[in-house]
Amino acid sequence: MYGKGILKGLGVTWKRFWNTYLEDISWLLSGKKRYFTEEGVKHRASKHARGIFTVQYPEERLILPEEFRYVPFLVYDEGEGGKKEVRCTSCGICAKVCPPQCIWIVRSNDPNTGRPIPEPTEFYIDMDICMNCGFCAEYCPFDAIKMDHDFEIASYGRNVYNLEKLLKPASYYASIRPQNYAREEEARKAKEAAKAAKTAAKPA
Amino acid sequence: MDNEKLNLPQYDIPDDIQNAVAITTLDRLYNWGRRSSVWPLMFGLACCAIEMIAAQAARYDMARFGMEVMRPTPRQADLMLVSGTVTKKMVPAIVRLYNQMPEPKYVVAMGACASGGGPFKEGYNVVAGIDKFIPVDVYIPGCPPTPQALIAGLIKLQEKIDKESLKKVRWYRKGPDAVEIPVPILGPDLIDPRRSAEIKQIAAAVKEGAS
Amino acid sequence: MTAPASTQTVDLAARFPGIVTADTRPGYSGFIVEKDKLVEVATAIRDEFGYDLLTAVTAVDYLPEGKMEVVYHAYKTTGGPGLVFRVQVPRVDPIEVPSLINVYPGADLQEREAWDLMGIRFTGHPDLRRILMWEGFDGHPLRKDWKEPFYEEDAKPFKSRWPEGRHVMAEDRNPYKDNLKFPENFDPEKWIPDNDNMLYQSLKRYTMKNEDGLETDHIVVNMGPQHPSTHGVFRAAITLEGETIVGLKPVVGYLHRNHDKIGERNTFLQNMPYTDRLDYFNSMSNNLAYAITVEKLMNIPVAERAEYIRVIMAELSRIQNHLVFIGMLLNDLGAMYTPALYAFEERELILDVFEAVSGARMMCNYLRFGGVVRDIPPYVMQKIKDLVFDRLPAKTDEMDRLLTENEVLVARLKGVPVIDGETAIKYSVTGPVLRAAGVPYDIRRADPYSIYDRFDFDVAVRYNGDLYDNYLIRLDEIRQSLRILQQAVKQIPDGPINSQKPQYQVRVPAGEAYGRIESPKGELAFYVVSNGKPNPWRYHVRPASFVNITCLEKICLGAKIADFVALLGVLDIVMGELDR
Ligand code: SF4
Ligand code: SF4
Ligand code: SF4
Repeated sequence: MYGKGILKGLGVTWKRFWNTYLEDISWLLSGKKRYFTEEGVKHRASKHARGIFTVQYPEERLILPEEFRYVPFLVYDEGEGGKKEVRCTSCGICAKVCPPQCIWIVRSNDPNTGRPIPEPTEFYIDMDICMNCGFCAEYCPFDAIKMDHDFEIASYGRNVYNLEKLLKPASYYASIRPQNYAREEEARKAKEAAKAAKTAAKPA
Repeated sequence: MDNEKLNLPQYDIPDDIQNAVAITTLDRLYNWGRRSSVWPLMFGLACCAIEMIAAQAARYDMARFGMEVMRPTPRQADLMLVSGTVTKKMVPAIVRLYNQMPEPKYVVAMGACASGGGPFKEGYNVVAGIDKFIPVDVYIPGCPPTPQALIAGLIKLQEKIDKESLKKVRWYRKGPDAVEIPVPILGPDLIDPRRSAEIKQIAAAVKEGAS
Repeated sequence: MTAPASTQTVDLAARFPGIVTADTRPGYSGFIVEKDKLVEVATAIRDEFGYDLLTAVTAVDYLPEGKMEVVYHAYKTTGGPGLVFRVQVPRVDPIEVPSLINVYPGADLQEREAWDLMGIRFTGHPDLRRILMWEGFDGHPLRKDWKEPFYEEDAKPFKSRWPEGRHVMAEDRNPYKDNLKFPENFDPEKWIPDNDNMLYQSLKRYTMKNEDGLETDHIVVNMGPQHPSTHGVFRAAITLEGETIVGLKPVVGYLHRNHDKIGERNTFLQNMPYTDRLDYFNSMSNNLAYAITVEKLMNIPVAERAEYIRVIMAELSRIQNHLVFIGMLLNDLGAMYTPALYAFEERELILDVFEAVSGARMMCNYLRFGGVVRDIPPYVMQKIKDLVFDRLPAKTDEMDRLLTENEVLVARLKGVPVIDGETAIKYSVTGPVLRAAGVPYDIRRADPYSIYDRFDFDVAVRYNGDLYDNYLIRLDEIRQSLRILQQAVKQIPDGPINSQKPQYQVRVPAGEAYGRIESPKGELAFYVVSNGKPNPWRYHVRPASFVNITCLEKICLGAKIADFVALLGVLDIVMGELDR
C-alpha cells in the first residue's frame, strides 16, 4: 500500500511525542520530581531517556564527569593566615608541552643570590589560543596546573589570563575532582613518608 | 511594572535619563522583545559550528531563548555566531555577510579561534580573531565551548541587550545606520583596504624574509 | 607492527631495470622511479600488478639534500599491503613531474594540492590551479624555506615561553602588526585580484553546445561558501544548462588551517590534539590513525587493553557519525530537523561517554603512543554496555522504521545514481560510498590494523550505487559496528593501558610511515617522515573527504541541480578534514 512507510514513520514520531507525557505521568505517580532535580537530569542522560531530552540550562545543569576539562587553572594551597602557597615551581614543562604554545612563564630569581627560586613571577595563559587539550595538567609533575570545570567564562573582551586570574585554591580543585585529588594526595603522602623514612634511616 | 525594580543595580540607567520613566519602561519592553528573539545566521565555519548545532538540538534547545530560528540569509538575521576558525580565504565572505545584516546586529565570537586565532593562530591562512574586521560583542573562550558554555555566552549577550537604551543605540541615530566595512582583498596576502596606505609604507621599509 | 619491508612483495625493479630502483634509505621502503618513465611505470603498476587504488599523492621537501620527492601510495582493492613508489627531482624551479591523472584520475586534487603547497608542476595536468590557497598568494607555503608571518622558530617548544616568558602577542612581533607578509615594495593600490577568473576560465572548458547543436548560454551558479547545505564552508561553482549540471568545480580551502605546516613544527605528541580538529566528528578515529602511524615508526607495541579501548572508541564514533550523517542527509533533502534531532540525541549519549573518559565531548585527545591516556572507569563501561546492548540497537531500528520505507524518501533517493564501482576506484573513492557501489573494500578487513582481525563482522556492501544505497549502507555499518562493539566489551581484558611510560618527549627513529584506518568517511591516513628529531620532518594528512570529492565533478555532470546537495551530502564531507 502506498503511504505505509510514511505511516510507519509517523508512528515513530507519534510515539516519541507521547513518551514525554507518559513519562511525566509515571514520575508524578511515583512521587518523584522529573524536572529541576539531579535525579531527573541523570535519568535524561541514561539509556532510559524517553520523551523530552532537554536539560534546561541554566536552571538545570548536566552533571559534569570528573574528567571534564575546560580551561586550565593553577592550584594553590592555603597556608596559614590565608597565604597562597602556589604549587607551581616554574619548571616549565607545561610551557614546553603546550601544543599551541600559549603558556608564558617568568621564573623568579632570588633578589639576593640571583639564583632561580621555585615560584613563577608571572604566568600567562592566552585563552584565545589555548586548545583545552589538557597536556599541561597531564604532564605537570607537581599537580600545580589543572583543568577547570567552570565554563561560564564568556566575556566582553579578549582573554589573556595572568597569574592572579589563574590561581584557584586546592579546596576548589578537590571539589571538582575529588577522586583525582584523593589519589594525588595519597601519592604525595606516600612520597613524603618515603622521604622521611629515608632521612630517618640515614643517620642509623 | 513597578518603579522599584528600575533602580536595581543591573539596570544601567544613565544619569541624564534617570527620571525619564517613560523611556526606560519602553526600553525594557523593547529590549525584552529583542533579547527574546535573537535570530542567528545559519553560518558555521569549523569545529565550533558542530557544537552550535548541538546547542540547537534537543538536549540544549536554544529555542528556549528564542534563538531557534536560524536564518540562512543574512537579511533576516540579528546575530552572527562566528563559530570557528576564520581563514584569510573566508574573511571577505564573512565581512560581506556582516555588511548585509540589518541593524540591530550582534556578533558573538565563539571559541578560541574566532576570539583570537586559537590553536591555529600561527598558520599562514588564519586570521587572528574576527574582531580585526568586525566588532565583536561577546567572546566565548573554549575549544570548542560546550553547548552549555555557548548558551552561557548567549545569556551574556542578552544581558548586554538588556542594558541598551533607545536613546543611545546606534541604529536610531542620525547618519548612516550601519558602517559598511570594506571587504578585504585577496592579494599576495590578505589586504585590508582600510590599511592599504600603511601596508604600502611598511612593505617599502621591510626587507623580504625579515620578520 | 609489521616491518616496512612488507611492501616489497612485487619486484618492480626487476620489471623495469634501470628505471626503477628499490629505495634503500634506512626506514624507507618502496621504489624510486625515473621521472620520465613515471606514467609508463604507473600504468604497469595498475594493470600488471593490480594496484588499482591510488590512495595518496604527496610531496616531501628534502631541503638539505636539495631534492623534492613526490610519494605515491597504491593499494589493491582486493586487499593486502600497498606499494610505495616515488619520484625524486632536484629542488630547482621549475620543478616538474609528469601528472598521473590519466592513469589514476583520483590524483587530480592531490596533485593540485602539491602544486599549491609545494610548488611542483605536474605536466599534463589539465587544470593545475591552486586549490587550498587563492590564486595570487605569494609562495608555496609547505616548502621548508617558506616562513609564515608569525614564524618564531623551526621547532616547538619556543624559547620565548620559558624561563623569561613575558606574554607578547604574536601581532606585536610582526611589522604589519597582524598575520601578514607582503613582497618587498608591494603596493596594494596597484594589485589586481584574480577574483576567481582562473576558476571561471576552467569552467569554460565545458562544451557550450547542447544536444541539438545549438549554442546556448550557460548560467554559472556559486553554491557556498556560505550555504545552508554545503556542510560548512564548501563551495561549488556550477554551470547549468536549464536545470542540468554541465560543469562543476569544487572550490575549497575556506577552512585551510595549515595542519601540515603546524604539524611539522610540533613535536610528535603535540600533534595529537591537532588531529582532533581534522574530522571533528570523529576525533577518536583521527587519534587512532595518527597513533598507529607513529607507533609504526617507533616500532612499539600497544597495550592489550588499550587496543580494545581504541576499537570501542573508534566504533562508537563511527556510529554517531553515521547517525548524524543520516540526519543531515535528510536535512539536505528538506526533511528539516526531525531525523537530525533524533540522531543528535543518540550522539549526545555517545559524547557523554567520550566526555567521561577523555574530558571533552568532541576534541578527545585520548590516545597516546602505546596506549590511551586513562582507563575507562567502571561506571562508564556500564554506560557503554547499556548503549551497545540496549539503547543503540533499538534506536537504529527506530531510525530504520522512521525513514527507510518512507515513500517520499524512496522516490527521492532510489535510482539517482551516485557512482559505480569501477569509476569509484578510478577516482580513489573510499569508505561507504565505495562500498555502496558494490566494492567490498574496508581497510578493517583488507589490511587489518589494531585488532580488527579478531572480531567477527561483515563488510557492509550494497550494489546499486544510488543515493538510496548510500543511505542504507550507513544503517548497515551502524549494525556491524554494534556487533564489533558487543564483542569488544565482552572480551576486553584487564591490564595496563599503555605499554610506555607517560612521557612528553618521544624518540622516533628516522624513516617514513604511512598509517591508515577505515575512518567513518573513508580512508584516513597519515604520512609521517621523521629524521630522528623531536619533530616530524613531514607530516601529511591524507583525508578521506578531500580525496572523495575528486569524483564530485564526475558524479554531478548530467544530474539535476536539485540533486546536487544530496550528491554532496552522501559523500559525507567534513571541512576540517577536507581543507585541513
Ligand atoms: S604548572 Fe607545573 S609544569 Fe607548569 S611550570 Fe608550574 S610546576 Fe612546571
Ligand atoms: S590545555 Fe593545552 S593548549 Fe591549553 S594551556 Fe594547557 S597545554 Fe596549552
Ligand atoms: S576554537 Fe577549537 S573547536 Fe573551535 S573552531 Fe577553533 S579549533 Fe575548532
